[in-house]
Amino acid sequence: MRRISPWSTPALVVSAVVITFVITAVPILAAGANPIEAYTAFVVLPLTSQFTALEVLVTATPILLTGTAVAIAFRAGYWNIGAEGQLLLGAIAAAGIGTLVGGLPPILALPLMVAGGAVAGAAWAVVPALLRVRFGIDEVVTTLLLNPVALLLVNGLLHGPWRDPVTGFPESPRIAASAEFPTLIERSRLHVGFLLAIVVILAAWYVLARTPAGLRLRATGLSPHGARFAGINVGATILGAALVSGAIAGIAGVSEVAGIQNRLTGGLSPGYGYTGIVVATLGTLTMPGVAVAAIFLGDLTVGASSAARSLGIPSQLGAVVQGVLLLTTVALLALRRHRARPSDPADTGSAGTDDIAAEVTA
Amino acid sequence: MIFLVDLVAATLRNATPLVYGTVGETYAERSGVLNLGIEGTMYAGAFTGFAVAWATGSPLLGLLAAIVVGILAGAVMALMTVTFGANQHVSGIGLTIGLIGLSEFANRLIFQGGELQRIQPMPTVNPLAGAGELGGIFDQYGLTWVAFLVVVPAAWWVLQRSSFGLEIRAVGENPEAADAAGVNVARTRYLALIIGGALMAIGGAFFTLALLGSFTLDIIAGRGWVCVALVIFGRWHIGRGVIGALLFSLIFSLQFRLRILPEFAGLPFEVLLALPYLVIIGALALSGRNVAYPGAYLKPYRRS
Repeated sequence: MRRISPWSTPALVVSAVVITFVITAVPILAAGANPIEAYTAFVVLPLTSQFTALEVLVTATPILLTGTAVAIAFRAGYWNIGAEGQLLLGAIAAAGIGTLVGGLPPILALPLMVAGGAVAGAAWAVVPALLRVRFGIDEVVTTLLLNPVALLLVNGLLHGPWRDPVTGFPESPRIAASAEFPTLIERSRLHVGFLLAIVVILAAWYVLARTPAGLRLRATGLSPHGARFAGINVGATILGAALVSGAIAGIAGVSEVAGIQNRLTGGLSPGYGYTGIVVATLGTLTMPGVAVAAIFLGDLTVGASSAARSLGIPSQLGAVVQGVLLLTTVALLALRRHRARPSDPADTGSAGTDDIAAEVTA
Repeated sequence: MIFLVDLVAATLRNATPLVYGTVGETYAERSGVLNLGIEGTMYAGAFTGFAVAWATGSPLLGLLAAIVVGILAGAVMALMTVTFGANQHVSGIGLTIGLIGLSEFANRLIFQGGELQRIQPMPTVNPLAGAGELGGIFDQYGLTWVAFLVVVPAAWWVLQRSSFGLEIRAVGENPEAADAAGVNVARTRYLALIIGGALMAIGGAFFTLALLGSFTLDIIAGRGWVCVALVIFGRWHIGRGVIGALLFSLIFSLQFRLRILPEFAGLPFEVLLALPYLVIIGALALSGRNVAYPGAYLKPYRRS
């Protein structure tokens, strides 16, 4: 069913950004700064030097991956809100494997770490997925609850068996040199993880748009009942989407450990899993959209941390912008849908039907 | 004996924020709206309560400020899901991210990341102070007394016995029928979300105003999500939700006491801290199978 929409999706997303900037001008004014100057610092300044522009890509790397992870799950009608925990499990796996593969050449060590992180992320996603598919237990709550558990696991390892024996700091031992992701460009932090993220997102785009598995996934998300009627194994499709989603979030954790931290640390992720939800929504659950949204949020994050220093605006404003952006985007998507179909009250009826996916894939 | 008295007292104390949060979330969900803004609403309640109490020297004013923030948070959630008909999962997560961000932003502006500020926490009230060992159980904060003796019975009565409660349940089960019967669906959902938001914020403020007397980052640490789980565990009934909160709190309080035993000396305390979260997931796995969600759960309502 094709609907005529008054707004194109890019115009809608740009409007969401503009409305967000109007709303978040309030806290900027409260911090005693000029909003115009602040937004210039957030959005434009990071792109004006080569170093900061590359930092934007560095910051975009983990959220490209978590955004892809979340988008895949949401498209299947599976509300994986546990990307944060799955990312941390991937990081744990990478930090563990990374210290053991010192004798191997990078060509073996790196794939081993990535695979290990993917398996760990998927393993963290499997229990909520099975509970949903087998017993109809809401995955939102179970995936959410596993996030603090994953963080406790990280901290438990760092305060227990993995505490740095030399310094006593709660940091795991440094991974082997052959396990570190090489940097792509000299005098920058841009590492192989960025290329990995690009490969993952291209693969996700191809599978979703061009393969029978992708069609089954999208059909399941739009209408599980319809999909079942068409002979699709809805349970298996959701389980598959959940595991792939967890695996990709796990790879985001590997990328942060192998490319940035080179060890497991407590502050490894400032909420990249939750930012993945912002990226996926802002990208309206399409892979090109996710790519643009991740780079935009990377830009904003780099800008926010430099504005914290230069303009005295606390960098936590970045989180405020993310939250408001999420709200304005879903609000505009909902308004557009209701405008397009003013009298169809029951269209979100079945529990798995996803209004964002329904919104963009019509 | 001392151990048991201590354990029961701690269970009631630690259950208090969960009781407020679970009752608040029950109101939201009974009206048909899943409010995942709960984690952020509790966080903002904790921060606002602390900041206002710190600035004015009055924990009571802090509590009032937290309630105002909770009302606003509930109203924003209602605007998103009732007026705009936006996706409830994403709206709630957006509200949580935004409120945690705003709280930490304001925390940074006000306290400049300096040393930890403290307030004089609310005192405990013990009507049975002279009753020997057992009296220790009743040495509780005012907000704990209010939670169990006022909020829980009143919330139950309103939801199950009053006409307003009937309207909440009606718009959450079948908004079309409620509308046909003359119930203002939007207004009822707004009120349910606002009441729920206020209760969630009180639950958050309990941490800073009573339990700790200070505000630290990540102070809620997923307890909002625990409340969402407890609502399902309690199958959207206030009483069963409160029992769930007490069970969670019992395990939480028990692990706190197990830590100091020599048998657990080698174990990082985080392992025990994770236990209550795992137990609640296990409890959901056992009790949450194919439960009947409110009929209009997750569905926006639009007149056709």
